[in-house]
Amino acid sequence: MPKVKVDGVEIDVPNGATVLQACELAGKEIPRFCYHERLSIAGNCRMCLVEVKPGPPKPQASCALPASEGQEIRTDSEMVKKAREGVMEFLLINHPLDCPICDQGGECDLQDQSVAYGRGASRYDENKRAVTEKYMGPLIKTTMTRCIHCTRCVRFSEEIAGVDEIGALYRGENMQITTYLEHAAKHEMSANVIDLCPVGALTSRPYAFEARPWELKKTLGIDVSDATGANIRIDARGREVLRVLPRNNDDVNEEWISDKARYMVDGLTKRRLDKPFLRRDGKLVAVSWNEAFAAIATLNPGNSIAAVAGDMVDCETMFAAKKLVGALGSKLIEGRQTGMDYATDSLAAVNFNTTFSGIETADAILIAGSNVRWEAPLLNVRLRKAVKRGAKVFLIGPEWETTFGGEFLGEDLSVLGNLPQNVADVLSNAKRPAVILGGAALGRGGLEAGLALAAQFNLVRDLEDGTKWNGFNVLHMAAARMGGLMLGYAQKGGIADLVAAKPKVLLALGADEVDFTQFAGSMIVYIGHHGDKGAHAADVILPASAYTEKAGTYVNTEGRVQWSDKAVFAPGDAREDWTILRALADAFGVTVGFDTFDQLRNAMIEEVPALGSEGLADYGSVLPLGGGSAAGQIAYPIKDFYMTNPIARASAVMQRCSAELLHGEEIAEAAE
Amino acid sequence: MADRYIEPDTPELRARWGNFAWTAENAEKAKDVVSRYPAGRQRSAVMPLLDLAQRQVGAELNTQGWLPIPVMEYIAAYLDMPVIRVVEVASFYTMYNIAPIGRFHVQVCGTTPCMLRGSDDLLETCKSRGMKKGHISEDGLWSFTEVECMGNCASAPMVQINDDNYEDLTSARLNAVLDALARGETPKAGTQDPARHTVEPVGEPTNLAAMITENHDYRSEW
Repeated sequence: MPKVKVDGVEIDVPNGATVLQACELAGKEIPRFCYHERLSIAGNCRMCLVEVKPGPPKPQASCALPASEGQEIRTDSEMVKKAREGVMEFLLINHPLDCPICDQGGECDLQDQSVAYGRGASRYDENKRAVTEKYMGPLIKTTMTRCIHCTRCVRFSEEIAGVDEIGALYRGENMQITTYLEHAAKHEMSANVIDLCPVGALTSRPYAFEARPWELKKTLGIDVSDATGANIRIDARGREVLRVLPRNNDDVNEEWISDKARYMVDGLTKRRLDKPFLRRDGKLVAVSWNEAFAAIATLNPGNSIAAVAGDMVDCETMFAAKKLVGALGSKLIEGRQTGMDYATDSLAAVNFNTTFSGIETADAILIAGSNVRWEAPLLNVRLRKAVKRGAKVFLIGPEWETTFGGEFLGEDLSVLGNLPQNVADVLSNAKRPAVILGGAALGRGGLEAGLALAAQFNLVRDLEDGTKWNGFNVLHMAAARMGGLMLGYAQKGGIADLVAAKPKVLLALGADEVDFTQFAGSMIVYIGHHGDKGAHAADVILPASAYTEKAGTYVNTEGRVQWSDKAVFAPGDAREDWTILRALADAFGVTVGFDTFDQLRNAMIEEVPALGSEGLADYGSVLPLGGGSAAGQIAYPIKDFYMTNPIARASAVMQRCSAELLHGEEIAEAAE
Repeated sequence: MADRYIEPDTPELRARWGNFAWTAENAEKAKDVVSRYPAGRQRSAVMPLLDLAQRQVGAELNTQGWLPIPVMEYIAAYLDMPVIRVVEVASFYTMYNIAPIGRFHVQVCGTTPCMLRGSDDLLETCKSRGMKKGHISEDGLWSFTEVECMGNCASAPMVQINDDNYEDLTSARLNAVLDALARGETPKAGTQDPARHTVEPVGEPTNLAAMITENHDYRSEW
């Protein structure tokens, strides 16, 4: 713990800290462009210059200088002020200063810091350099003349994403940042470079020229595009969500989000269900709410009703539906739309117990049946970190392009029960072994075989430092899954139990992946927000709210309870889901015990107390004994990363990504 | 340097260079180069290998050689590293030609010592012979570029043509060299000043004169 003096105040800094970090600990703001906490140190923008004694009598780049005992650091001296002004003047020499037409305006580091630390005018009157724009794909818009060569994007793609595709060509004044041969950036986290870019060189293409940051209402939300529950900020103007940005949460998403989470929001305004619809003579016709309710009520289903929850619904919606179905005397609720029927007696057995930040410290990881890059891009980033720390990774399933190496052991589930000797050795010798079962490995005895491995390799253990380690993980893909399981959305036989019961009414809560032909005799009431597969099969459509349009509780695959707020109102006649279910209760003439959202939430927390506190729910660490044998070819359920949910399928941006990045279509640039 | 550009990746380029592979001799050399670095650090060999590839291309084209995109991709695959990292290196150093060059690649140094000793005349001479920055002359013989210091300041001004330096140039001496090259001769490399053997002082030494005959301790005279 070196002691340093920052502007005359003595502080202790952790070992290995840099001078910049020491200054931050002392509460001093150090301007910077190239330095970023989550990237390696480059030290090439020179904006963080401070005066350090002992040392050469000149300003030093604080980001790359280790703090050591007895340093006297000044951030407020005349030398530092002049140095910052000088660096800023140099940076602005070739910067176009086109802030009025730049999308970064208002949230630009260069803008802010030139106001705070610049000298106000330039002495440079030569021609500025100009750089041609580079094509980086459908998501990233480039204006490379604005680039100040901080290389954050280069370091991100190399270190975090693990897909080396951005680089700095040429040198000196002619340095240019580009992707290889201007190919589109092809990974699931590519748009994070937009947030990293401290200037307006890399901006968001779908959001180009849409709004200024100060016009936007910012709402804290949770992403539902996968089960990682990334923390997001929803930026809306009026009734439209214009963009989604990540929030910092070291436990979940650090400060990244996937491209799908970021860019599927334009789908929120397309293919929306904004009126109730009723199927008459085989055709869906728009009706009033009363007509729709009357049509359902006249069927008088009694207890012949079931509910199936979609992948993106919040816990409140599921709870309200559970109460409604329960009030009618039925217990048929299910969330695993595609027919999975793994046992859910112990939630610890279907949870990501190690946690995302924990998996970084694992030293041997066996992944079965999961294309992590597509099923949970944020977890892929963590796995890459684990491998960088020396973890060994083995994978079971068809090969996919990992960003962290790893050894593929085979494509069949039977490998789970018959691991090669070297893999078994690595897992049994590891201090922190972990097994991750993806969706494709849960059925056909996979979960039980995985649990058997947990027992065999003693995945639940006390570590030497006294902390607990639970290395058994299930990686879900649906944002609603863990919440649904906590609320009991699981039948013993899965959705087949619902089919067998032949309910008169089937409530489909945003359920779009169900094979509705199984429910040919039922009246399908679709309560959701997009005209997708579920709505096509529905007999009654009750328009509801998407995740940005309602407050809700979500539980991610780690069992982490998180709350999301309402950013905008649902379009047209659409209502929040719980109000629809409450009104349905009236139509059926039953009581469900809540009239307001607060009452609903309180009732839910009373029934499942874990949903009442933010953070990891405790499922205990006792895993059921597995056993049995698993067999069957593994097939990953996600065929197209950009098209996994109705919002993404409606999104023009996601459609273009899918066509261009996955299916290799040439998309002609519209003349601008 | 401002004229540097990467030769665009066209189907014709792919067709011409897509099958690039080491010759038997160069394959041996490449193996040897890679073996100089610790296992797993094979990408450290990228610079010597780029040079080797450039020379192999040059041997095929009878020039100094250049690096087409498919060749850089070959190197990247050979060293198991991302292509963009190879392109970064190749585009950084001017000794790697990233666009086609002529039979003789004329690099005129324009940095201060050469400029003071008359490199402007040399640039003019080249220009008058039809050379243009970043272009190959129509007969395919000449390509021309202005470079920064080549480290021959003691015999400035200088020009590098392919692997040889020609120093102590004047407009006339440069013309003589270029003419000789055009005729297919190999002019003497190094200084073109008949009075000079290498970079020894011209005429009587003016500095450290007391050191000419014997060792002399100047320290007491400072």
